[in-house]
Amino acid sequence: MLGRFSLADLPLDVPILVGTFVGVVIVGIAVLGLITYYGKWGYLWKEWLISVDHKRLAVMYIVLALVALFRGFADAIMMRTQLALAYAGNPGYLPPHHYDQVFSAHGTIMIFFLAMAFMTGLFNLVVPLQIGARDVAFPFLNNLSFWMTAVGFILVNVSLFIGEFSQCGWLAYPPLSETQFSPGVGVDYYIIALQIAGVGTLLTGVNFFVTIIKMRAPGMTMMKMPVFTWTAFCASILIMLAFPVLTVALALLGLDRYLGMHFFTNDGGGNQMLYLSLIWTWGHPEVYILILPAFGVFSEVVPTFSRKPLFGYSTMVYATCAILVLSLVVWLHHFFTMGAGANVNAFFGIATMIISIPTGVKLFNWLFTMYKGRVEFHATMYWAVGFMITFTIGGMTGVMMAIPAADFVLHNSLFLIAHFHNVIIGGVYFGYVCGMNFWFPKAFGFKLNEAWGKRAFWLWCVGFYFAFMPLYVLGFQGMTRRLNHYDNPDWHPWLLVAEVGAVMILLGIVCQLMQLYVSVRDRNLPENIDVTGDPWNARSLEWSTSSPPPVYNFAIVPHVHELDAYFHDKENGIDTRRAGSSYAPIHMPKNTSAGLWCGLFSLILGFALVWYIWWAVVIGLVGLVATVILRSADKDIDYYIPAEEVARIENEHSRKLMAQAAE
Amino acid sequence: MNRKVVQYGQMAGLASLLLLGGCSGLDVLDPKGPVGDQQKFLILESTIAMLIVVIPTILLTCWFAWKYRSGNTSAEYLKNWSHSNKLEVIVWGVPTIIIVFLAVITYQTCYSLDPYKPLEAKADVKPLHVEVVALDWKWLFIYPEQGIATVNQLAMPVNTPVDFLLTSDSVMNAFFVPRLGSMIYAMAGMQTQLHLMASEPGDFAGESANYSGRGFSDMKFRALAMPQDQFDAWVAKVRESSDTLDDASYARLAAPSEANPVAYYSTVVPNLFDQIVAKYNNGMVMDKSTGQMIHVQSAMADESMKE
Repeated sequence: MLGRFSLADLPLDVPILVGTFVGVVIVGIAVLGLITYYGKWGYLWKEWLISVDHKRLAVMYIVLALVALFRGFADAIMMRTQLALAYAGNPGYLPPHHYDQVFSAHGTIMIFFLAMAFMTGLFNLVVPLQIGARDVAFPFLNNLSFWMTAVGFILVNVSLFIGEFSQCGWLAYPPLSETQFSPGVGVDYYIIALQIAGVGTLLTGVNFFVTIIKMRAPGMTMMKMPVFTWTAFCASILIMLAFPVLTVALALLGLDRYLGMHFFTNDGGGNQMLYLSLIWTWGHPEVYILILPAFGVFSEVVPTFSRKPLFGYSTMVYATCAILVLSLVVWLHHFFTMGAGANVNAFFGIATMIISIPTGVKLFNWLFTMYKGRVEFHATMYWAVGFMITFTIGGMTGVMMAIPAADFVLHNSLFLIAHFHNVIIGGVYFGYVCGMNFWFPKAFGFKLNEAWGKRAFWLWCVGFYFAFMPLYVLGFQGMTRRLNHYDNPDWHPWLLVAEVGAVMILLGIVCQLMQLYVSVRDRNLPENIDVTGDPWNARSLEWSTSSPPPVYNFAIVPHVHELDAYFHDKENGIDTRRAGSSYAPIHMPKNTSAGLWCGLFSLILGFALVWYIWWAVVIGLVGLVATVILRSADKDIDYYIPAEEVARIENEHSRKLMAQAAE
Repeated sequence: MNRKVVQYGQMAGLASLLLLGGCSGLDVLDPKGPVGDQQKFLILESTIAMLIVVIPTILLTCWFAWKYRSGNTSAEYLKNWSHSNKLEVIVWGVPTIIIVFLAVITYQTCYSLDPYKPLEAKADVKPLHVEVVALDWKWLFIYPEQGIATVNQLAMPVNTPVDFLLTSDSVMNAFFVPRLGSMIYAMAGMQTQLHLMASEPGDFAGESANYSGRGFSDMKFRALAMPQDQFDAWVAKVRESSDTLDDASYARLAAPSEANPVAYYSTVVPNLFDQIVAKYNNGMVMDKSTGQMIHVQSAMADESMKE
């Protein structure tokens, strides 16, 4: 009846998990209770859960990302604490069975559910507004994407309390991840959760690719697109190219595990090297999928706060496209130590280091954007400058490891861990938080608190150096990744320093939460509220509409003549909103609960597949297919906002603007 | 300006070297063999080359951010300046020059430090052959010429090239002695090669550098480099062991176990290594001398074929 589930699969003997479970239940009940108390269920359902509005989905994605950050960071600090303790005979407090799940979950969650969700959130918030569109090309798919991503994350977390998670690292290399060596449900949770979330990501890639190709405002040629949109465009192309490979790799591994096939097994003609090649064919473009939009954020933020146009716009675009192409031909550098010949290693090593040329060009472009500008140090800009310094170091260590002969002694060491956290925290995370500080007023109509934002930055930045610079040293000391305990006395002091860094980052996260709390509390103070929609005197179209924008984004679709379209309009005294003109009815997509149902049935399907509960697999599958068919047959998917309603909303905004101007 | 930058780069390189020199136990940067020596040089060479760009970039970032802060109204402000062909040449040119330099040394070292390339030694020194098998979770070292085997202890004479042939009878692992240099994966059904040499005696840490499951953290061994006479004595000591490695005792050894003590085997069944490789390949193994696949007669392979 319940497949291979038995009560013994509940980790009742692990106090950390029982405590976490109780905590989650209490918080869950509190949240549900508050929603019920304030009677917000209808609002939540109609305005958020079934919304196809890209701005709402953006917020939901970023909330999901922050929840993933808490989970992923909890894993991180548990690992650091284990390694600070587990020295010279002390086993620490996490036995391998638990510890191996923790590092596997940490990587999986941070990449797929923090970074990817945060990135998609920023795409959703910014891209349609930046190109003067009213929504994305496929609004329903957008909602569906979100729910698929969310369900993937839910499944990963369910594994915490029911069964176990994968103990094979975040990429689940076979043959370790094959049934022979990992017979439990952990790897199945991993495969199924990522397959479901992968559907969401792939659809996001398609959606934004089409949106950017087809829905740009009149006059916005490709070379007049803001750089963030360019990076979203390139990342979407990479998603479309890379994610199907991940799907195939995981599907083949799943066939091995579920149907006893031999794609990657030791025997029966399987080949584990094939899996490495496939997973990194996805995995390397993946890191560029994450970093390109971060580069895009900096390309918006640095000019805005330097009060100058971006230096070398076309160079920036070419560099982005060059990275897009090159990122597809470097994956082998993840396994130089597998015994490929010198010629193969040399090709991939040199291809990898060539990427540092366009990347270096980008850094110089931000540098020369500040040059002879008027740099305003908002919290947003702190993250940008912190990135420029930190990422440069991470880039350098990356090129070191791109030299195969050097990688032969650095591969899989803590040097590698230091390197990729250097570029992912110092690049991706700093970038996305920078973007969140920058665009927050656009989403909510008020600014984030500056003082707490700066505190968060300093703790994150200094904490990063404390947490990861020691790892470079440990790499040179020959310490490999994923160790649970050790007895080398030279390693211990550095791991203690890293623990201090992790605690500083924890305080940084606390400051980020305080920043959110204080900002919401003080949202109506005159210095925080954003009436104009353009709190930073910024340059691109998203700032030409109100904050938060009306559901239709732009009452009149803007016409673009120049790069930095909105700044150009402001300079020339053009009223982009054309307030008071006559409005036409606006065609908009209707909300739909189909995405939520698809997510729910996917959750049932996924959970049942993990546990071999075949009758529930049937329910999930039938429900999923039926929902898709019903949705496809539904003709009632759009509506018109009457011109009078548009006029009412626009006039109200005009009144607010005038009231503020009068003050 | 350029010479200054180079000087700063060199100074910074030296400074970071000194800083690291202050740390103890930097195995990778304190190698005891020719492979590791070249890799250390390569790491330092490439780091210094990159610092030529990295340090000015970081300094310029701080300097520009400070100098052009909005409060400093005396600094020049070029409201619309966003293009300069001269700067474009520099921002593309300087990284390109450095990458060209790095590409050249990358290409050269890919060949000179190819783990499959035999090392050169004095004319009268014959290389030592060691067959390495990664097991759950211990290392088996077979010395085919000596007819002995050990677990979690690897001995070698100094200044003698060691030709390793590696495989796994379980999951993927990586064989790594940080003091000697290069690592290489060990994978079931496959043979990888590695060539290392110790240039001075010592007791070096060895480990698996690829996570392999529950017992991974204790999958450690010691690599002992010793003068030839001591090595001969070590071989004699192993030969005195009462344990022998045959199909039955190998099966017991190969069963998963954690934190294994060192073990010596005075004899080993011939072609055990080939048998371990062949059992994943329908009894076939590649003959190293001809590159042809040949059939290995063994109980183990017959067993796996029956499955």
